[in-house]
Amino acid sequence: MQNLEELKTSIAAIKEEILKGTSDLTNSKEVYEFKKSFLDPKLGKISQLMKGMKDIPGELRADFGKGVNELKNWAGEHFNEIDEKMKAAEAKKRYESEKIDVTMPATHSMKGYLHPVTQIRNRVIDIFASMGFEVVETKEIENDYYNFTALNTPQDHPARDMQDTFYLSPEFLLATQTSAAQIHTMEKKKPPIKMVAAPGKVFRSDDDATHSPMFHQIEGLVVDKKITLCDLQGMLDVLVANLFGEGTKTRLRPSYFPFTEPSVEVDVSCFECGGKGCRLCKGTGWIEVLGAGIVNRKVLENCNIDPDEYSGLAFGCGLERLAMLKYGINNIKMLYESDLRVLEQIDDK
Amino acid sequence: MLVPLSWLKDYVDIDVEPHVLEEKLFGCGFEVEELNEVGKDISGVVVGLVTECDPIPDTHLHVCKVDVGEGEPLQICCGADNVCAGKKFPVAKVGAQVYATAKDHVTVEGVMKIGKGKLRGYDSFGMLCSGTELGVSEDMYPGAGYNGLLVLPDDAVVGSDVKPILGLDEWIFDISVTANRPDCQSIFGIAREVAAVLEKPLKTPDLSYTESGVTKEGFKVTVEAPELCPRYIGHYVSDVKIGDSPAWMKRRLALVGINAISNIVDITNYILIELGQPMHAFDEAFLEKGEICVRRAKENEKIVTLDEKEFALNPNNLVICDGVKPVALAGIMGGLNSEIRETTTGVVFEAAKFMRDNIRKTSRALGQSSDSSARFAKGVDEYTTIMAMKRALHLVEELGCGKVSSTHVDRNSGNSVEPREMKASLKKVNDVLGIEVPVKDVERILTNLNFAPVIKGDELTVMIPAYREDMESFPDISEELIRMYGYEHVVPTFLADATVTSGGLTLKQKTELKIKRTLCACGASEGIHYSFISPSDLDLINLPEDADERKAIRILNPINEDLSVMRTTLVPQMIHAMGRNEKRGRLYGRLFELGNRFVADELPLKDYPDERATLSIGAFGDNENFFTLKSMVEAVAGSLNLVFEYEEAEKPFLHPYRTARILCNSEEIGFMGQITYEIQKAEDMRTPGFVAQIDLKSLEQYYAIEPKFVPLPKFDIEKRDLAIVMDRNVTCGQAESIIKGACRFVTDVQLFDVFEGAQIGADKKSLAFTVTFTPGDEAFGDGAVDGYVAKILKNLKFHLNAELRS
Repeated sequence: MQNLEELKTSIAAIKEEILKGTSDLTNSKEVYEFKKSFLDPKLGKISQLMKGMKDIPGELRADFGKGVNELKNWAGEHFNEIDEKMKAAEAKKRYESEKIDVTMPATHSMKGYLHPVTQIRNRVIDIFASMGFEVVETKEIENDYYNFTALNTPQDHPARDMQDTFYLSPEFLLATQTSAAQIHTMEKKKPPIKMVAAPGKVFRSDDDATHSPMFHQIEGLVVDKKITLCDLQGMLDVLVANLFGEGTKTRLRPSYFPFTEPSVEVDVSCFECGGKGCRLCKGTGWIEVLGAGIVNRKVLENCNIDPDEYSGLAFGCGLERLAMLKYGINNIKMLYESDLRVLEQIDDK
Repeated sequence: MLVPLSWLKDYVDIDVEPHVLEEKLFGCGFEVEELNEVGKDISGVVVGLVTECDPIPDTHLHVCKVDVGEGEPLQICCGADNVCAGKKFPVAKVGAQVYATAKDHVTVEGVMKIGKGKLRGYDSFGMLCSGTELGVSEDMYPGAGYNGLLVLPDDAVVGSDVKPILGLDEWIFDISVTANRPDCQSIFGIAREVAAVLEKPLKTPDLSYTESGVTKEGFKVTVEAPELCPRYIGHYVSDVKIGDSPAWMKRRLALVGINAISNIVDITNYILIELGQPMHAFDEAFLEKGEICVRRAKENEKIVTLDEKEFALNPNNLVICDGVKPVALAGIMGGLNSEIRETTTGVVFEAAKFMRDNIRKTSRALGQSSDSSARFAKGVDEYTTIMAMKRALHLVEELGCGKVSSTHVDRNSGNSVEPREMKASLKKVNDVLGIEVPVKDVERILTNLNFAPVIKGDELTVMIPAYREDMESFPDISEELIRMYGYEHVVPTFLADATVTSGGLTLKQKTELKIKRTLCACGASEGIHYSFISPSDLDLINLPEDADERKAIRILNPINEDLSVMRTTLVPQMIHAMGRNEKRGRLYGRLFELGNRFVADELPLKDYPDERATLSIGAFGDNENFFTLKSMVEAVAGSLNLVFEYEEAEKPFLHPYRTARILCNSEEIGFMGQITYEIQKAEDMRTPGFVAQIDLKSLEQYYAIEPKFVPLPKFDIEKRDLAIVMDRNVTCGQAESIIKGACRFVTDVQLFDVFEGAQIGADKKSLAFTVTFTPGDEAFGDGAVDGYVAKILKNLKFHLNAELRS
């Protein structure tokens, strides 16, 4: 290329070619390729044009360079503009093609659930752990001494009839109550003691609509100086408020367990009706939830703890019962059938 | 225990409504399980006088005019055969409610409301009633058992409610008595509590009688087993006339569910209910040698009890014998050989205390029980034993059914029946409660309980009546006080004086919870199954006879065979759980259980067995396979910061080619695999099932491992994909371990493809791995990783004869 006229012709031709060519482009990829054929730093037609500069006489070079640069800038802008438009159209198309029906069901990731008894246990344990209670474990197979005798229930005691016991040998049996944990704890540790035993599987030879031959108990024990019935109720008030909501009250009434004296049954005000009386509380406004009492002096003595120096409180309660009350499960047997339709319903805090 | 209000009123003037009394009893420790109004289903039934009674032609019916004390006499049609003019009958007026009976007029079929009726063209405005229709039996009201109209006494006031006349205005309290209060297992025992709680005087039953002076020559009582029978009282009654008991006694027995038999037998039953002392009456004519001997049975000695059952006894059983043979199973049931008959003319009454444990054991061992044995097993006190004999003799006189002789024998071990003294510090008594019961209330309450309290400063002295054998130490006094003072006086304090302690879960508990949560995150839900299983469960999983799992601890007294052995494996229940879900329409799912297996050193059990914490995992459904199960096992390993290894293995219940043993640090800790198609079929499962079991107890040693941070590499990692061709029987695990072992910079080996095909040879397979090389303190030099790859390939060739796929 020798002169500017010739250059102008070339520029016009390229412009013409670009304008003509762009109208045929249908997607951003074609835009890119077309753009490259002009602006590729090595092979592009405009770049080639620029390369011709070295053949241009010195006085024309400035004009020549200017002309080519103008073309390059114009082409760059032109392609950007086309590219943007093309990309916008493509994006729109893609979005449109990806339209979904938002009312269709969710895709679930698989989730498993803790057993309702584990969930209620965790809640109860959290409450007691925060009060400084150690959490101990119980044995499922106990010997007669720990399950009965040490708990002030000697062989001839009629209280043995209160619980139908499964025997494995004359000495060993399936724990009928978690209370053996009281003895094991007090044998190992001296006061002050604060412990809860859980989960405790216990067994009674009872199998009907409302009884299961195996169920879970949670057992609590506090031994210290000056432990009273007032402390028992105060502590249980905290428990039930946590479990069943603020404002849930407890009521003590006399009962009997060989290992506590006095012994009490503990009722909670019905959390369903607030105490007015409903089906859940059978119209009484109260629901029986656990047994408790002041540790019998003989039990302390059996563990070499001086009952004149120390006193204790103990309580035990059925976790199934708590879970059923709290979650509204109406059949205890459901809890042992691993029916996923049941298990997948309960997801507590 | 059933307590009719009217009977209770014999001993206490009760001036509160039944529901108020129920609450009072509840408050002091006697829960009324049911408060039943005897005539609650009956209403609107009054005394009616039949003034006219004309037969309706060609029927068995009569049309009557009945005066019910208001307005015009009612016209009522009646089909009973004993309807007649001039007599008074119960009339259920229109709107009344009575029991509906079947065609036999005897079987009750619910209740019915009386409406206006029409029979054979005659209007009928009510119904004349039978005893059955009013719920009144012959024992409750003489004549009520007649299959026809119940005839009311002539002096009944026309128009008045029939309920008081028939005893239908009665209330029955069903009271639950705790095991520490056997003294309250009677009407009189409850009356003592009622008197105390209502603060009313207690009236003692009439115990008076006069001895006739007649004696029974040579009558002798010996107690050879005083350790089982600390007291035995016998009294001879002569000139016995067996007959019916009076209506009042029959009615009371009927109210508590006891059939009247004859006056002498009814007296013993009456006293059982009234005082809680079981008694027995022997026909004196059948007591050989005229004597009674209380002894342990001889080995294999036989007795036939009143209900005609024969028992073979042993020396653990106590028997009452005459001079020759057993005549009663002590405390449980009399012998058939000496039962009271219509011809009986002389009776020996027995009132005794038998040791509760022995009665309970014998009763259980023989499977024979009675109201008496139930009562003895709870414990009777000798104070009441003495009282009962006096009361029985009084009733003999009152009923006029015999003469109280002067032959009275009391064999006892010298136990006192006088009140015993107990001293306590008032402060200590209050300290148990945490409140201070005012002294005047202490005095009042203990006086009401017949404890004769004396308070001097802090010293409290009480005289405990002999029937209160439960009173052992001062906390018992605390309980007596608070149950009468009222638990509402307890002021809740939140462990006011207790020492602050630290607590919380143990490492084991925290770890187990973590494992559970990990599995939940894998989509598995937690199940809990019984600790006992059926021996057939061990058959289901095809365990050989000598398998360790067969050495299960047996329950001596299982509910049934299905719940009879302590589990040695968690697998059968997991399989059942999966099967159960499928049967109920859930065709996929994941479950786990964390529970104990029981492993005994020796059987029968001599020591605590090993309760081994064990995890089972189950997965079923078309989308599950060995490797989805493995992902859960791996998640458990990860949650414990452990690495598990897997080896091919065999289990009789698992697919022979899809089973692995799980190892941790080369120790076998469990197994996993697909359950056999045979078991899948036996459980009616449509989709395959997979099960794993891991012995957590052997992993406990690792629970303390803390997670450790590995610093991120300072230099870029490099990855290489290597497709390796090897013999088919070489495992992925083998190849992985060669690759890892070949170079210390290899930090990860991931299988990403498996290929088998003719191109690489019939017995070959190609495994493609992505191998990650992580540099240490300096970056990999040029060609370094290629060198490591070469080393890996060399080792693969050497150990596995494996080669890079070309």
